[in-house]
Amino acid sequence: MSAAEITAAPTGRGGRMARAQIVNAALALGLIGFGLGAWATGETFLVTLATKVAILAIAGAGLNLVLGFGGLVSFGHAAYFGLGGYTAGILAHHALNYTPMFEWPVLFEGTTSMPVIWLVAMAVGALAAAVIGALSLRTTGVYFIMITLAFGQMIFYFAISWPAYGGEDGLPIYVRNGFPGLNTLDPIQFFVLVVALLLAVLGLIAMLARSRFGLALQAARQNRQRLMAVGIRPGGVLLVAFVISGAITALAGALYADLNRFVSPSMLSWHLSGELLVFLILGGTGRLFAPLAGAGLYIALEHLLGGVSDHWQFFFGLLLLGVVLFARGGVIGFLAGGRKHG
Amino acid sequence: MLLLIEQLLNGLQSGLMLFLMAAGLTLVFGVMGLINLAHGSLYMIGAFACAGVAAATGSFWLGLAASIAAAAAAGAIVEVAVIRRLYRRDHLDQVLATFALILIFSEGTRWLYGSFPLYLNVPPSLSGSVTLPGGIQYSLFRLAIIGAGLLVAVGLFLLIGKTRIGVQVRAGEADREMIAALGVDIGRLYTLVFALGAALAGMAGALVGTIQSVQVGMGEPVLILAFVVIVIGGIGSIKGALVGALLVGLTDTMGRVLLPSIFDLFMETSAATSVGAALASMAIYILMALVLIVKPGGLFGARA
Repeated sequence: MSAAEITAAPTGRGGRMARAQIVNAALALGLIGFGLGAWATGETFLVTLATKVAILAIAGAGLNLVLGFGGLVSFGHAAYFGLGGYTAGILAHHALNYTPMFEWPVLFEGTTSMPVIWLVAMAVGALAAAVIGALSLRTTGVYFIMITLAFGQMIFYFAISWPAYGGEDGLPIYVRNGFPGLNTLDPIQFFVLVVALLLAVLGLIAMLARSRFGLALQAARQNRQRLMAVGIRPGGVLLVAFVISGAITALAGALYADLNRFVSPSMLSWHLSGELLVFLILGGTGRLFAPLAGAGLYIALEHLLGGVSDHWQFFFGLLLLGVVLFARGGVIGFLAGGRKHG
Repeated sequence: MLLLIEQLLNGLQSGLMLFLMAAGLTLVFGVMGLINLAHGSLYMIGAFACAGVAAATGSFWLGLAASIAAAAAAGAIVEVAVIRRLYRRDHLDQVLATFALILIFSEGTRWLYGSFPLYLNVPPSLSGSVTLPGGIQYSLFRLAIIGAGLLVAVGLFLLIGKTRIGVQVRAGEADREMIAALGVDIGRLYTLVFALGAALAGMAGALVGTIQSVQVGMGEPVLILAFVVIVIGGIGSIKGALVGALLVGLTDTMGRVLLPSIFDLFMETSAATSVGAALASMAIYILMALVLIVKPGGLFGARA
């Protein structure tokens, strides 16, 4: 099958690719328009909902890098999401309570500055992904799925049984962390900040996908033997992608913690790992904007079906089953036509 | 020392129940190449069927029979309606479709029974405790579960190793086109294997549900432990599932007892308890990582 749309665009499968780009632009503008519209009409709750979509889309974009481009089905991405969230929570916890986080080698009292928190969260996510990835990438296929799931659970149970930061009860962040020059407590300013990050992340992934690295990554999905034959070790490429992916998803986790002003082990739960996968399949596997389309659809369904029935997940399960069995292109595949790799 | 032996027995008991779960998963993967997340839902269905029938009839044994029958039936129905379409799909589709089945089963059960846990009573003939050689008091029901687990394990080995069905199952693992060419109805065989795995999961659900409680979502932690078991044992290997299940059951149980007291030797008690508990909760995953470093294909796995 063809490479991802962004790499194939210049090779001129003309109309179809252009259509995909129109869909992408419509998705991005739709999210921004929805957020601004909700703000203009004073619907603060809907602004928060749109922010949630953007954050989950960042998390999904992290997963999409390894799944959509590298073909690695990671079933443990909640680990990086939750670690990012706990990074934000713990740094803010120490700063707000004036309890030093550590005193050696230098006194560190935590921080409430978002840029610092993001960097630390991404470093933590990258480190965790490096360790988990190095172990998990020794295997392939179904082993890889189960092992990433198991490592995710390991961190989940650790968070539950480690009492210092709230254990099972989670950790509140009393005041949303700050960003220089912005009032992050204002929903629309936080929304704009998050959307800017989402576009930056998607831009980065588009750039990566077009680079030598991205081509090698997609070749690793398609045929590892051939990649080795041209002198590139697939393991190294996949591990680097896994680390970047962990960092991006951890960034989303830090934002999510700030959105809710609360971190709990549920951010680490395997349900969340499953939901991230669901976003990608709903959006259309292998598409750059799949995480945004999928997260938007998921949150919209949760909101709409949830208003109709407490048991909305029952109906959502039926819908998901239908999509997997009969409509494999997802939303973007439906709108833009063409099929990505299967 | 007495506590230690008691915990060893508990570890053996939880390991054998894990084996019942892992055996079905590993058979389904080995024969059909399918990763089934909904296996935990079958465990839950078994537990709820047992609780429902036991409450209606007053007999635990009827409940246990119902749990096996209900899980097997649910497994067969799901195989024919959904799973069958997934054998030729990639693992991602299998994961997502069976994830969808979990949502449907969990939410459906919550709809029918509500969110409150149900409790099963231990049958009168197995209640109370027995005194083991050495003066250990141990729950008779847990001892019976150990016995039942061992019996099922032996039965399963005989079924796979000695019977005609077992030959077909093993042949199906090796080369499915060939056995179809030899006139074995491969579709029926798949349904049978799936229902067998489901029945084992349902039985485990009913037995463990009697010790703990019966509630929505009870299958998920067990499912993930069963994944750890088959990764350690090697996917597709029943022997691997047994060894892996016992390793995981014993590591988990003993870790929870021993690690806090080991840390107690050189830390203050409250810190030792929390560090020990946190490490104990990670022990089986560390065990899995170690096995993977040494043998990426699992202890008894053929392929990695």
